[in-house]
Amino acid sequence: MNRLFAGALAAGALLTATAAFAQSGSATIDAIVKRGELNCGVAGNSPMFSLPDSQGVMRGLDADSCRAIAAAILGDAKKTKFIPTTAQNRFTALQSGEVDLLYRSTTWTLGREGNLGAMFASVNFYDGTGFLVKASLKVKSAKELDGATVCVAPGTSTELAVADYFRVHKMKFTPVLIQDLSELQNAYLSGRCDTYSTDSSGLAGFRFQQGPKAVEHILLPDIISKEPLGAMVRKGDDKFFDIVRWTYFATLIAEEYGITQANVDEALKSTVPEIRRLMGLEGDMGKALGVDNKWAYNAIKQTGNFGEGWDRNVTPYGVPRGINNLWNNGGLQYAPPMR
Amino acid sequence: MSATVNHIPMPARAEPKLLSLGPLEWARTNLFGSIWSSLVTLALGYFMLKFAVGFIDWALIKSVWTVQSDAAGKLDPTACRIVKGEGACWAVIWDKYRFILFGRYPYDEQWRGAIVIALFLALFVVSAMRRFWRKELAYIWIATLTTIGVLMWGGVFGLVYVPQDLWGGLPITLILSTFGLAFAFPLAVLVALGRRSTTLPAVKFICVVYIELIRGVPLISLLFMASVMFPLFMPVGLNPDKLLRAQVAIILFAAAYLAEVVRGGLQSLPKGQYEAADALGLTYWQKMGQIILPQALRTVIPPLVNTFIGFFKDTSLVLIIGIFDLLTSGKVALAEPIWQAYSTEVYLMLALIYFCFCFAMARYSRGLERELGRSVRR
Amino acid sequence: MSSPRDAPRKGMQLSWADPKFRAIIWQIVILGIIGGTIWYLVANTSANLAQRRIATGFEFMGRTAGIPIGEHLIAYDPSINTYGRAFVIGILNTLQVTIIGVVLVTLLGTFVGIASLSGNWLLSRLCRTYVEIMRDIPLLLHLLFWYTMVLGLPILREAIEVLPGVHISNNGVKVPLLDWQPAHSWASLAFIVGLVLVGIARRRATRIQNATGDRPKVWPLAIAALILVPAIIWLGFGAPFHMDIPVKGRFRFEGGGAVSGEMIALLIGLVLYHSAYAAEIVRSGITSVVSGQWEAAGALGLHRPTVLRKIVLPQALRVIIPPMTSTYLGVAKNSSLAVAIGYPDLVAIVNTMLNQTGQAIEGIALIMGVYLTISLTISLFMNWYNARMALVER
Repeated sequence: MNRLFAGALAAGALLTATAAFAQSGSATIDAIVKRGELNCGVAGNSPMFSLPDSQGVMRGLDADSCRAIAAAILGDAKKTKFIPTTAQNRFTALQSGEVDLLYRSTTWTLGREGNLGAMFASVNFYDGTGFLVKASLKVKSAKELDGATVCVAPGTSTELAVADYFRVHKMKFTPVLIQDLSELQNAYLSGRCDTYSTDSSGLAGFRFQQGPKAVEHILLPDIISKEPLGAMVRKGDDKFFDIVRWTYFATLIAEEYGITQANVDEALKSTVPEIRRLMGLEGDMGKALGVDNKWAYNAIKQTGNFGEGWDRNVTPYGVPRGINNLWNNGGLQYAPPMR
Repeated sequence: MSATVNHIPMPARAEPKLLSLGPLEWARTNLFGSIWSSLVTLALGYFMLKFAVGFIDWALIKSVWTVQSDAAGKLDPTACRIVKGEGACWAVIWDKYRFILFGRYPYDEQWRGAIVIALFLALFVVSAMRRFWRKELAYIWIATLTTIGVLMWGGVFGLVYVPQDLWGGLPITLILSTFGLAFAFPLAVLVALGRRSTTLPAVKFICVVYIELIRGVPLISLLFMASVMFPLFMPVGLNPDKLLRAQVAIILFAAAYLAEVVRGGLQSLPKGQYEAADALGLTYWQKMGQIILPQALRTVIPPLVNTFIGFFKDTSLVLIIGIFDLLTSGKVALAEPIWQAYSTEVYLMLALIYFCFCFAMARYSRGLERELGRSVRR
Repeated sequence: MSSPRDAPRKGMQLSWADPKFRAIIWQIVILGIIGGTIWYLVANTSANLAQRRIATGFEFMGRTAGIPIGEHLIAYDPSINTYGRAFVIGILNTLQVTIIGVVLVTLLGTFVGIASLSGNWLLSRLCRTYVEIMRDIPLLLHLLFWYTMVLGLPILREAIEVLPGVHISNNGVKVPLLDWQPAHSWASLAFIVGLVLVGIARRRATRIQNATGDRPKVWPLAIAALILVPAIIWLGFGAPFHMDIPVKGRFRFEGGGAVSGEMIALLIGLVLYHSAYAAEIVRSGITSVVSGQWEAAGALGLHRPTVLRKIVLPQALRVIIPPMTSTYLGVAKNSSLAVAIGYPDLVAIVNTMLNQTGQAIEGIALIMGVYLTISLTISLFMNWYNARMALVER
């Protein structure tokens, strides 16, 4: 009923062309608060990012990133509703407001920010397109793949990256493009394709899933594209954009200071100015963002810092942290100062 | 080719009965009637026997029915891996049959899904019996469908609430097709009447456009529309559930096809019926509701059942937009790495389920056709 | 719908009792409701599009596509060619599969339909079982199953060579192709001209036979026009004959022609499913011809195959064509399920396009537009053909 009411309100607002919405200054945050739930678009079938466990609870880096935002806005990470989206309907789901944001291992590209009416608020995973081949092929580098058949999911940025790579290196390839992930992986496993290409994290996870047969597959060293994966929100709601982006930064800052889910309550007694601002003890940072001052505390208390999320969701799949380490540890994960 | 062409029987002639002829004589006429016929029989017999032996060997003799689980409770598919290629691995069905039938519906609540399936079956059986072909049948449908809704959702009578996104498996297939029929049918009757209308040319035009438009495009494009475009049609914040959107697409699709079936029934009625009703001074709706439709709908029941069989199979297309019907849950069950190699077994099971439903309905429709045909001929 | 009482009255009265007036009011009301709904949806959509700054229009068709496509009948390079060309490739791939599918469905359907009426009990039972099983399984399941079967074939490096130069693997079928030269084009042209000539000669022969009872011989001309002349032209060019035989490379066969595994699976699925329907149509078409036709033809001393070909099938065709048309339309529309198994048909390609450009409305409009055109064309053609067949009736 609430939703219907909100819908009617929104429709009224649109029809009378008075787009202004009161209160927090963000229509999305208002809608989330009114609903009491954050609608987060995820893949729902992707190990490491979002996959239901045997109890049906969504697990993964993207899933936890969603929870952190729910904790920041609503104070309760459990108030996250996960909406599985496919590669096709993810953007319309976001555009139409069916989801408040997308954490669906979506690559940040200019084309997507330019054409889709959406923008990227965070990069919770720096990834790159790689190739997986059968060990029996004895291929050592992607440059030896001239003439190969490549299994790749259509409608992804991987598809474009692979086409570019082969063109740049003056090689030929035959694509096999199947939307359904398991059907695509079957085609690779059965030898229909010589190589399977997707984000290298996905390849590592897939290889890991093969259990004892993992040694039959080799992840080639070539990373042929940059694939920064992160949160996507609608354009035109800067307040919501800020909260999504700064919740992510907050988990990075927490990791930087060694604040974890377990010791976050001790941080409340800290005298370090930046930690005090993070914990909402000074600076009214939350108010500036349009949420409670305890927003970052809630997010860290309930979902942990960035490194914890990584260890919980990604490490079990045997994927090294690599460039996703903090900046002071040789990685790219860097948060601007909170002041 | 010539072998078969040689033995076209008189089409109207009844098949010779085994009893009246005696087995030897029967075989001589029906299996070894000529040299060609004998050759065909021998060749077919050989291949069928070979196939049957191979299939039984694969499916029953060399097959694996269960696999051991290791100390951690994880299933160990080694037994299946050994017989791969020679014997079936039915263990995948044994492990996953509840998931395939009910999808992600909470495990402890799956008895509700089972009851829903039983209710659907009962509803079909009751609707199939001619003595229930009365107005009351509509009430039975409403009551049953409501019960099904209550069972699936829960939240009342002490049943745990199960949100729609957890529904899956065979109940979804049955819901999509049956609710599709239940809602499409009234719409189809209206559209068919509209298309036959002589006094309302604008309405007739709209009905024709609707029918031809829907019948000219594949169902999958309508489903894409429901899944991708529909949210853009709605005002901000109003987002009907994905399942509901697919259901609407199926209803709109089904209505166009059903409307043509109903129109066939309306056309088959002799003109005298219309004239007689007019002569009695009945209004349009009286004439249609009490004279024309009851007769017309009766004659179209067999093609109606055939159309329904079509929808029943077509609901499997929702796989492509990611809704959890029977086929999707079968595919998701196969996504588990240890079972990835045993899709044949799962597909055979799914095929068997679909076959049972469709075959039963097709047999019924054919029997009914014969029966109705007889009564029309008197 | 007007009752006989009102018939004599001409003019319309502005009264609810006047059926004509009522009809107009009703139409205005219904049109208003439908128009209002459409207006509401369009207004919503355009507001949504504007508010979310989603690009609209078909300009993207001129942009470089970048999406790779596995099978294309016309040259295609993702980094040069546009979305427009990718779209055309999609249409061609759909048409290709539809046309091959329709031909195979007709052949297999006719065969099974006739065989299911065979006097051989085993054969007719088998055919009916085939029909029952094939059509009671959803097409999508057919496709997934057959694709699994195709994937189960040996991998390319272990491809089976069934005939010299013909390799079967889960990549599909590789066949040798004739290395096409101008000589072949000229010889084919001569052959086509020959066919036309023979056709004319046969008509003339029939006319003379009808007039005089004697049929002049056509076969000498046929041999000359169909075999000798093309052969002489081919020899005149130096008799080029070179087969392009596929050679196994590291990852693929070089040269020769190919049919991909996805297309094979799609065709097997489509043909098995729809041929079951076609067989039923043919069977009921043949049984609809009254048995007197068989008996009368038999009394004239005609053989059964001749009766079937010359007497029964032509009559059955009139019953067969209308439902067969919808089966053909079904093949065209159902080829869209290719998207599930990775054959790059129209829907698969447009789907990728709309995904890369984010322009869902335009993409789905394109799909619907193409299918409507195909459907209407097939309907029109079959209506024309049907009308021609119906004229035969006296």
